Amino acid sequence: MNKNVIAFFRRFQYEKIAPFVALLVLFVASSVLSPYFLQAKNLLNILRQVSYSGTIALGMTFVIISGGIDLSVGSLAAFNASMGILFLNYLMNKLGNEYLAMAGGIVTALLLGVLSGALNGFMITRGKIAPFIVTLGTMAIFRSLALFIGSAGEIRSVSVHYGNFGMESILFVPVPVFAMIILTVVLTLVLNSTRYGRYLCAVGSNVRVAIFSAINVNRIKFITYTLCGFIVSVSAVMLSSRFNAVSTSNLGMGFELDAIAAVIIGGTPLTGGRGTVWGTVMGAIILGIINNMLNMLGVSPYLQGTVKGLVIIGAVYIQSQKA
Amino acid sequence: MGDSYECLLKTIDIGKEFSSVPVLTNINIEIVRGEILGIIGENGAGKSTLMKIFSGIYTPTSGAIQFEGKKVAIPDPLSAKNLGISILPQEFNLVKDLTVYDNIFLGSEIRKKSGLLDKKRMMERTTELLRALEVEIEPDEKIENLSTAQKQMVEICKALAIDAKLLIMDEPTTVLTRYEIDILFDLMRRLKEQGTTIIYISHKLKEVRAICNRVVVLRDGEVVFMEMIEKISELEMAQRMVGRELNQVFPEKKAPAPEIVFEVKDLSVRGTLHDVSFQLHKGEILGFAGLVDAGRTELGEAIIGIRKRSSGQIFMNGEEIDIRRPEDAVEHGIDYLSEDRQGSGILTSFSVTQNITLISLFSYCASFLKFILRKKEDEAALRHKERFNIKTPSLNVRLEYLSGGNQQKVSLAKSIDPAPKVLIANEPTRGVDVAAKHEIYRFINSLTASGLSCIFISSEQEEIIGMCHRVIVMKEGRIMGTVQGQEINEEQIMFLATGVREGASRT
Repeated sequence: MNKNVIAFFRRFQYEKIAPFVALLVLFVASSVLSPYFLQAKNLLNILRQVSYSGTIALGMTFVIISGGIDLSVGSLAAFNASMGILFLNYLMNKLGNEYLAMAGGIVTALLLGVLSGALNGFMITRGKIAPFIVTLGTMAIFRSLALFIGSAGEIRSVSVHYGNFGMESILFVPVPVFAMIILTVVLTLVLNSTRYGRYLCAVGSNVRVAIFSAINVNRIKFITYTLCGFIVSVSAVMLSSRFNAVSTSNLGMGFELDAIAAVIIGGTPLTGGRGTVWGTVMGAIILGIINNMLNMLGVSPYLQGTVKGLVIIGAVYIQSQKA
Repeated sequence: MGDSYECLLKTIDIGKEFSSVPVLTNINIEIVRGEILGIIGENGAGKSTLMKIFSGIYTPTSGAIQFEGKKVAIPDPLSAKNLGISILPQEFNLVKDLTVYDNIFLGSEIRKKSGLLDKKRMMERTTELLRALEVEIEPDEKIENLSTAQKQMVEICKALAIDAKLLIMDEPTTVLTRYEIDILFDLMRRLKEQGTTIIYISHKLKEVRAICNRVVVLRDGEVVFMEMIEKISELEMAQRMVGRELNQVFPEKKAPAPEIVFEVKDLSVRGTLHDVSFQLHKGEILGFAGLVDAGRTELGEAIIGIRKRSSGQIFMNGEEIDIRRPEDAVEHGIDYLSEDRQGSGILTSFSVTQNITLISLFSYCASFLKFILRKKEDEAALRHKERFNIKTPSLNVRLEYLSGGNQQKVSLAKSIDPAPKVLIANEPTRGVDVAAKHEIYRFINSLTASGLSCIFISSEQEEIIGMCHRVIVMKEGRIMGTVQGQEINEEQIMFLATGVREGASRT
C-alpha cells in the first residue's frame, strides 16, 4: 500500500512539473540555437509579448477549471480598451487633468470588463445556455461593437502619459509583465486556499456532486466569468496603453485561442476540475519562446501557426498518455 | 461431478500488479463447463481485476490462462469476445441516444450485402433475445426512455447476443427488483442447461447461495476458499471473506425520543410524488422501502430542494422551513447521502479531506476572503477517518484510489460533517462489502443514539428490517402504509410495495 502511494505521488508530481520541464528543455535548446536568445533584452521582450495573452490565459484557466470556455476574451479586450480610451479622451476634454482622465479611462475599462464578464456569466447560469455558444455570441457582438465605435479603424488617445505608462518598467520588469506576475500570485492563492477556489474545482469536476454538496453552482460560475472579464480588461488596458491607441480590428485577435492553448499546455485539462495558475504561465511562456525562436531562426511567419498547432496537439497527446 | 467434468477455463498462477503492488497473487481456478461459479470477496479483494483479465481489459503480470484446454492470450476485449467470453459490466455501458437493438448489436452489426445495416434482422434477433428474458421492451425503443432495470435487461441481451460460452456477471442484481431478479435467475438456469458457463459476482450472499453451484472466495488478491455451495452457509461465506468471526449483523435498536424533529406535510412533485406526509422523531431511524422507482429517491431530493416541490410543507422542530436549494437544507440541519456515489456523492479527483469538508467548508474558513484553514480541515478529516475506520494511506490521497467501501465511508463522513439534525441516507450500503456494511450500520446506529434522526432509504429488505424503528412503504410516488415494531417483516413490506401477497407472486 505504501509503495502504491509513493508511486502515485511520483506520478502526481511529474504531471504537475511537466510544463516546467518542457519550458526548461525549450530554454536550453533556444540558448544553444541562438546566441541572442539569452540576452536580457530578448528575454524581457518575450515576457512582454507573452504577458498580454498570458494575463488573459489566467482568467481562462479559471473558466476552464469550472468546466466552461470563454471565446469572447479577444473581442472583450478590444471593446473594453476602446471604451476606456473614448472615456479617457472625453475626460481630457472636460477636465483637462490628464492623470484624472487616465484613471477614469482605466477604471471604465476595468468596470466594463467586470460587466461584460458578468453578462457572459448571467446568460450561462440564468439562461442555461452552453458557455461555448454564449461566448461565441458575445465574441461576435463585442468585436462588432468595437468596430462600430471605432469605424473599424484606430481609436487614439489624446493623452501622452497613457502611452508611456504601458511601456514603463518596475524594477526592470515591464508593467504588463508585472501585472501578470501579481495576478498569478493572487489567483494561485485564490485557487488553492479559498473556499471559492475549492468550489470552483468541485463544480468543474462534477456538477452533480457540487449541487448535492450544497454548493451554489450558478454563483461560482457567475463569479468565474466575471473574474475572467476583469482580468481580460487588465490585459486590454495594458495593450491599449502600449500603443496609446486601440486598433479595433486587430486588438485581441486570436487571443482566445492563444489563451486556451496556454492553459492546455500548462496542464489544465479541457474537461476542467483541476489545474494550476502557474502552469498556464509556463504554457504562455513556452508559446512565446517558440515564436521568438522561430523569428530568430528566420522561419516564415506563416509557418509559425503550424508549429503552435503541433505543440498544442503534442502537449495534449502527452497528457492523455499519462492519464 | 465425478471425472466427467470438463474444464472450460483454467488459470495457472495468475498474478497482477499495479505499479509493483500485487493485486492478485497465484490465482489457480478451474471453471467447469456448464456451472454457475460464484466469486465473492470484499471490495478490493481483486474480483473485478480478475474479471478484467478474463475479458481482456487487463493482462496478467504473471501466469497463464487455458481456455478449452489450450493456452490462450487475451490481450484485448475483442479477443475475449472471439473466444466466447462475454462480460456484463457493473456500470451501464449503453448509448442512451440509440435504440435497444442498435445497442445490442453495437460493434457487431448485421449488415446486408450492400454494406448497409440490416435493421430488420437485428430487430428480429433482438425480439427473440428479449422474449427469452421475458421482458417487455420494444426493440426500437430508445435507451433513455427505459427504466434502470430495463437497461440492465438490455445489457444482458447484449452480453448474450454473441453466443457466449462464458458469461461474466458483475453484481447484476444491484438495481433489480425482486421480481426481476427471479426472472434473471430463471434465465441463468436456462442458460446453464444450454451449456453456458456463468461467473457470478455478488455481495449478496443469499443470491450466491440461491443460484451458484460452487463458490470461490477471494481475500486480498488470493483464493482463500473454494467449495460446493451445499457445503457452506451464508455466515461461513461472510466469515471466509473477512477472515474473522463476525458479530451480530445489526446493532440493537435504541428507542427514539417522543419529540418530533422533522415533519413533511402533503409534499408533491409534479408527476413523481403525491401528497407524501410523515413525521420523524428524535433519534429515530425511519425506513423507506419500496420497489425501484417507487419515488423514494425523488422524495429525498425534493426534501433537500433538488426537485421542485409543486406543493407541501416541511417543518423542523415545529417551525415551517422553506427549502429551495440544497444550501437551504444544510442550513436547516438536513443532509443527504446520495445513492449514486460516483455520480452525485463524492469527487473522485478530490482528496479524502477535501471530500469530507466539501459540504461544511464554510466552517473551515477565516476572514471575509474565506481562506481555508488547512489545519482545522485536516483535524476534522482525521477525526472522521478514525471514527469511520476509513482505510487510506493518507488523507491527501485522491478518492479514486480508495475501494468502494472506503469511498462510501468518506461519503457518509461528508454528509455528517456539518452536524445535521436529520440525515437522509439513500442506499447507504450500496456496493459495499460485508465488513464495511456492518460498520456503516453501527455508525448510523450510534449517530441516532446521540440524537440524530435518520431517514433510511434502502432496497435491501434485511437492512430495513434490521435497522429501522418504523418503515414507510412507497409505491408510484405515494405512501402505501407504515409498519412498525413486530409488523416490520418482509411479507408485510412486500405486500404494501407491490399490492400483492408474497404467496401469490413467483419465488
